[in-house]
Amino acid sequence: MQAKNKLGLVFFPAFDWAISPSHPEREERLLYTQDQLFEEGVQDIAGIEFYNPVPATAQDVQRVHFAVPDVKTRFSKSHMVSMGGAIEAFDLVFSGRAEKSFALVRPPGHHAQRVVYGDRGFCVGNIEAVGLEAMRAKYGDLRVAVIDTDCHHGDGTEDIYWNDPDTLFISFHQDGRTLYPGTGYIDDAGGPGAYGYTINIPLPPKTGEQGYLYVLDNVIMPILAEYKPDLIVNSAGQDNHYSDPITNMNFTAQGYAILNERLNPDVAILEGGYSIESALPYVNTGIILAMAGLDYSGVKEPDYDPNRLRQDPRITEYIKELSATVYERWQKREVLADKEYGRQKLVRKKRNIYYDTDGIMENQTQNFKVCPDCSGLNYIDSSSDWGSKIKGITIPRDACPNCQKEGYALYEKSGSGLTNVYLQDRVNDRYLAK
Amino acid sequence: MLIGIDMGGTHIDGVAVKDNKIIKTIKHQVDHTDLYRTILNAIYDLIADLNKTQISRVNLSTTISTNAIVENKTTAVDLILQKGPGINFEFPEIPAEVNYIDGYVDHRGKMVKDLNYQQLAALKKDLNKADDLQQDLNSQKKNLAVVTKFSTRNPEHEEAIAEYFAADYNQITQGHTLSGRLNFPRRVNTAYLNSAVYNIFQEFANNISAALREAEITAPIYILKADGGTIPLADAITCPVETILSGPAASFMGMSALFDNRLDSVLLDIGGTTTDIFFLVDGVPVFEPTGITIGQNKTLVRAIYSVSIGLGGDSCLSVENSSVNDSLAAEIKIGPERKGPPLLFGGATPTLTDAMSVLHKLDFDHLSTEQVVRAGQGITELAEQLALSAEDFAELVLKKAAQMIKNQVDCLLLQLNSQPVYTVREILADRQIKPAEVKVIGGPAKVLTEYLEQEFKLNVLLPEEFKVANAIGAALAQPTMELNLLADTGRKILIIPELNIYEKIGSRYSLAEGQKYILQCLNQAAKQLSDSELAAEIIEESSFNMIDGYSRGKNIRIKAQIKPGLSCKIEQG
Repeated sequence: MQAKNKLGLVFFPAFDWAISPSHPEREERLLYTQDQLFEEGVQDIAGIEFYNPVPATAQDVQRVHFAVPDVKTRFSKSHMVSMGGAIEAFDLVFSGRAEKSFALVRPPGHHAQRVVYGDRGFCVGNIEAVGLEAMRAKYGDLRVAVIDTDCHHGDGTEDIYWNDPDTLFISFHQDGRTLYPGTGYIDDAGGPGAYGYTINIPLPPKTGEQGYLYVLDNVIMPILAEYKPDLIVNSAGQDNHYSDPITNMNFTAQGYAILNERLNPDVAILEGGYSIESALPYVNTGIILAMAGLDYSGVKEPDYDPNRLRQDPRITEYIKELSATVYERWQKREVLADKEYGRQKLVRKKRNIYYDTDGIMENQTQNFKVCPDCSGLNYIDSSSDWGSKIKGITIPRDACPNCQKEGYALYEKSGSGLTNVYLQDRVNDRYLAK
Repeated sequence: MLIGIDMGGTHIDGVAVKDNKIIKTIKHQVDHTDLYRTILNAIYDLIADLNKTQISRVNLSTTISTNAIVENKTTAVDLILQKGPGINFEFPEIPAEVNYIDGYVDHRGKMVKDLNYQQLAALKKDLNKADDLQQDLNSQKKNLAVVTKFSTRNPEHEEAIAEYFAADYNQITQGHTLSGRLNFPRRVNTAYLNSAVYNIFQEFANNISAALREAEITAPIYILKADGGTIPLADAITCPVETILSGPAASFMGMSALFDNRLDSVLLDIGGTTTDIFFLVDGVPVFEPTGITIGQNKTLVRAIYSVSIGLGGDSCLSVENSSVNDSLAAEIKIGPERKGPPLLFGGATPTLTDAMSVLHKLDFDHLSTEQVVRAGQGITELAEQLALSAEDFAELVLKKAAQMIKNQVDCLLLQLNSQPVYTVREILADRQIKPAEVKVIGGPAKVLTEYLEQEFKLNVLLPEEFKVANAIGAALAQPTMELNLLADTGRKILIIPELNIYEKIGSRYSLAEGQKYILQCLNQAAKQLSDSELAAEIIEESSFNMIDGYSRGKNIRIKAQIKPGLSCKIEQG
């Protein structure tokens, strides 16, 4: 058997890491996936190679996060290894060692936002963002589309790329009114520097193969054709599966395989998915075969029954309308941006963020400067109920000389009354803290 | 007294070892038309003037099974496979009709879908009909290989199918009995090969034990395996696939007997046509990660990791792009093919050995002036193309040969050092194989030692006696075994596929109980394998908390082995 696409797999099940012994993120999570991949003999398929993570560095993390108080305190070795796995997956493709790659690593990351006080939604470090930004630092500018196919809204990734027009972020997920983290609505569409480049598609509970593939074919693929990214990333959660214990959807292993064949991502990064026995072994095998360009038609859950999983016609109708709306908003993004932000010089976004896994409450204001020459200097004022009060300043990758100067000036003068001040200088890949 | 016989492609070597000393060696040509006779003659010759009653063991490393596979002289086999939901396998590498049947067992060994006996009955009819057609050609019944997905987690389907077809076949191989490792396509290949070589090996085994009985040798007979261990002849009859490709293992074990094994090292067996490369880490060989490959067939047969490159004393020399003379060494080509013997011994093409002769580095006693002159002429002709003297050219050739070996070793180390690991602990430990010395045997080894030292920047060790290292390895090898235990306290089932153990356990079964049990099984098996003490050890163990809906349990996995060992070391000098 020979893979049509040379596929690199960073398979790192972290058999010695768990949030707690009975937590969904426990050692057992990828055990049966490993069993299935081994039994299928995936390691013997010519053109599919396995790679180990190379632990991430503090700088890799600082490109993406304001870790409070610092990277070493906030990130365990396990997190550094998992982020390193995502970096390796990206690097496999960028260095030419593989045409496509899939990181099946733990712990996951897509709920981790720019500021990190602790673990939320089982995530501390945003593994795909850390991987992607390592590539931008190493290989230069890139136009990237991140498609978050996890059942939960990818609120961390959204936060990180909120104001970045070179990173199109599309998340489809179970409607936030019915599932954690309760965000990801259609009109959450990005900051003043990138309005319209965050696209949320909240799907109703019980959406099945038909609905997911409808959204893919009628919203995601047309938008990608217009956006023309250099790289497509699948933030590949597997919890849309009908057997997942913490969500309410009806997606399948076949559906996931078809989705990945059509989406044709360059890099896929495993996110959630907690039906570790009934779904993950089959979904992962399906995704791997689809990415390698191999026949996946035999990969089905032992209890797969398309009739039982048939989608309610009312859901089909709802998704059709939703898709039309989302696509229309994409086409009208400039008009809508004008409506949203008008002639404001500084856009403020105030939020309370709850770290469910660690029980921390954060109070945050993001400040985006509207700049005619770049996506604009921005900074975060944030405090947590654990006693931190911080300012995080970001000079974006495309920052103009003025915004760069302003960023350093702001860093210099900030400090009084704060526990920590951070500066991300993405232009020079330089990270300061005081 | 231990007897070791190693049959290779061209030669068969024999050695008798007594009190840590080699007391006799022999070397014969292999008669490919009669391997059995070849082995028998070698044994007869070796023991001719020895006291037969002192022989305590006869170890044979044979190419019986290997040759049968490579030369396609195998028995016809039917395959019955249950592949369940997953990859749509095809097995183009297996020359047998593949029959797929319904039913499925999942990764935990849960019965998802039972066998369909109507389907089996129809299949039985079909297979028997096909056999009837061939009845005139060959009155013997075929062999059968039965493999089901995840049979190492639950062998019930394999067992039921084997029972159902028991009367229809001469022999039946069940996949789970050959290895406890997961890998369905490899299990299929391994089971197929086992059935395919079954008859030829059985015939050999019966003949050889009868012949040795006749020669009044009553010592037990063992067969060498590719993992550097041995298996009693009687046991090998049921799993002859274990006896394939034991040659490199014989060399490795022989080298271990001749050297100190405390330091991690690269082992090189430099022969006439090839150089075999092995690695020794923590006193044991590095193994193939899943199993050995024979031709197109990837198997689950445990084997010492060995890679062969086309570089040896007979490797032919040539000069490419002789018009460009910037980087001289880069234009000399050594091997990979052998085009006959060296000029020195009447061949037609200059070889590595001829280059050695030019530098007066060979210590063959009976070389005539004429032979040496002919080698010198051949090398001079090549050297002239690069405007070099014959000596300078020969120097470059030897340097290049050492470089080629070093490059290949580096490349293999890179691969071995990036084997997948699955825990944070292992990633952070970043255990890398860094050889501290090089050990080398074989005809051209002595001359190449100084060149290898320059390339590797390590000590290169050469034993005094190495001409029959492979036979020494065969003689001293001891039984090995690997067992895999899986205890699932949720299903309340424990399985050790290699021993056909599939039994009930309590819901509180622990990792410690599993450890105790697997060692007990291994030690018990070891007693049947050998009179000498064999050390059983646990090599991997894990215990996972399982949460399945509202039920909880533990998934305990333990791998244990009797690692390859030597009956004694060889005292040199």
